[in-house]
Amino acid sequence: MSIILDKVNFSYSEGTAYHIQALKDVSLEIPDGQFIGVIGHTGSGKSTLTQLMNGLLRATSGSIYVDGEDIYDRDYNMKELRHRVGLVFQYPDHQLFETTNFEDVCFGPKNQGLDRKEVELRAYEALRSVGFPEELYFQPPFDLSGGQKRRVAIAGVLAMKPKVLILDEPTAGLDPAGRDEILGLVSKMHRELGITIILVSHSMEDVARYVERLIVMNRGSVMFDGTPKEVFPHYKELEEVGLAAPQVTYLMHELRRFGLNVDTGATTVKEAAADILRALQNEGQRK
Amino acid sequence: MIRDITIGQYYPADSAVHKLDPRVKLFATLIYIIALFVFRGIAGFAVITAALAAAVHISKVPLSYMVKGLKAIVILLFITGIFNLLFTPGDVVYWSMGPFKLTDTGIQNAVLMVVRLIYLILGTSLMTLTTTPNQLTDGLEKALGPLNRIHVPVHVIAMMMSIALRFIPILIEETDKIMKAQMARGADFESGNLLQKAKNMIPLLIPLFVSAFRRADDLAMAMEARCYTGGAGRTKMKPLRYNRRDAVTYLCILVFLALVVVCRVFLP
Repeated sequence: MSIILDKVNFSYSEGTAYHIQALKDVSLEIPDGQFIGVIGHTGSGKSTLTQLMNGLLRATSGSIYVDGEDIYDRDYNMKELRHRVGLVFQYPDHQLFETTNFEDVCFGPKNQGLDRKEVELRAYEALRSVGFPEELYFQPPFDLSGGQKRRVAIAGVLAMKPKVLILDEPTAGLDPAGRDEILGLVSKMHRELGITIILVSHSMEDVARYVERLIVMNRGSVMFDGTPKEVFPHYKELEEVGLAAPQVTYLMHELRRFGLNVDTGATTVKEAAADILRALQNEGQRK
Repeated sequence: MIRDITIGQYYPADSAVHKLDPRVKLFATLIYIIALFVFRGIAGFAVITAALAAAVHISKVPLSYMVKGLKAIVILLFITGIFNLLFTPGDVVYWSMGPFKLTDTGIQNAVLMVVRLIYLILGTSLMTLTTTPNQLTDGLEKALGPLNRIHVPVHVIAMMMSIALRFIPILIEETDKIMKAQMARGADFESGNLLQKAKNMIPLLIPLFVSAFRRADDLAMAMEARCYTGGAGRTKMKPLRYNRRDAVTYLCILVFLALVVVCRVFLP
């Protein structure tokens, strides 16, 4: 399922003192099955972008096409769109409300008008695919840890079987272990369910390891759009807008500056380690 | 959507009204409310309209922004209007059916009440639009200071008010976020009958309450951690002081009140 944004503009509170232009002429194409990272500083418009994609916000100007259909057509079914483009918000506390975790996950599919059996089946499936421990299924969601709450929240959206899953800062407020767990889970979902995943974050480190395409947002516009290998060489420009490339990029550039012939395009620690070993071996041979 | 609620929200602008001492604005609002309920006749109405228009103009708050705030009370206005229109006994009866009748006094009352309510909201919201919650409670605390002597906990009341006001925008924003999070899961807050609608609110209200309680708890903790013990012996970084602008405004307010009273007593 492809999403196309064509010259989309969006402003908050137009015509008042609080007027903010959140997006400026954003054009993007999101094909099927990609794993995309959207990166930007606070206020860069990344959250606005995600809410436009499932119709929670309406663009001030420009058009959005989902599967070739203009979502601003008068008879377009917005509710249906929200089932297909699932959006998980930053704070799980904003959506957990039921008496048990299982019931909470049922909320989405229930709203799709499915019968009870199908609803429960989907909830069960979703909770399983996010690796939520079975003994907690029928416990209240309010006592869970941050990481577990997030799993329930993701399952709550996943249970609607969306074709595109958007996650807004899914790692905010988690400790490093929890962060790796959630990101690993997202990556696993991408592999196993074959859905398009859009991961919104302000941390390069988080996304560099997983995504195949990076969209860097700055002040409401797309600054870079490409694979991590294409984007990270611009680390100086990234720094200027308050972002940073992964630490590996810096290390590789430093090594190269000191004369070691390494590939500066390495994005993960594993790649970098292999490449440094290779370079050192070459060095040894030459001597 | 929910962001359109403008009652009670501060509107930043650089105007003489914004710079007034909050006590003056509180006093002006009080006098304005009294005037609204004592005025009689076209002349009095004209005086009040002129005063309100002048205040709005000087404040640099766009009128359209203020009128948007009236949306919240449309239903109240409607009910008030209808009740006054249909249930007021009067000398000249134009139309009647069972307990309902349309009389001259009824029409007069209906118009008067609706106008009064609109003016009431516009005038009082002008105060909150031009005064930050902090200034407002500062002003209130200072103005009510003498009550301390008869053991009214003025500081505590002011603090509660300022916290309540401070949390309005936070909770509105929170509501907006929760609504979106639930709408993303297919929740529907608009359609259905009244019972259905009330039931649909549950996914919104529970997270909202949970977060409000959590915030209250956090705030209490933070205040305690900074040794907050109430108002005794507490000094202000920016104590309120009157200047010439405030004196002139006090004078204007008194002239305004006098005009309204004169109109009531001497003009038909």
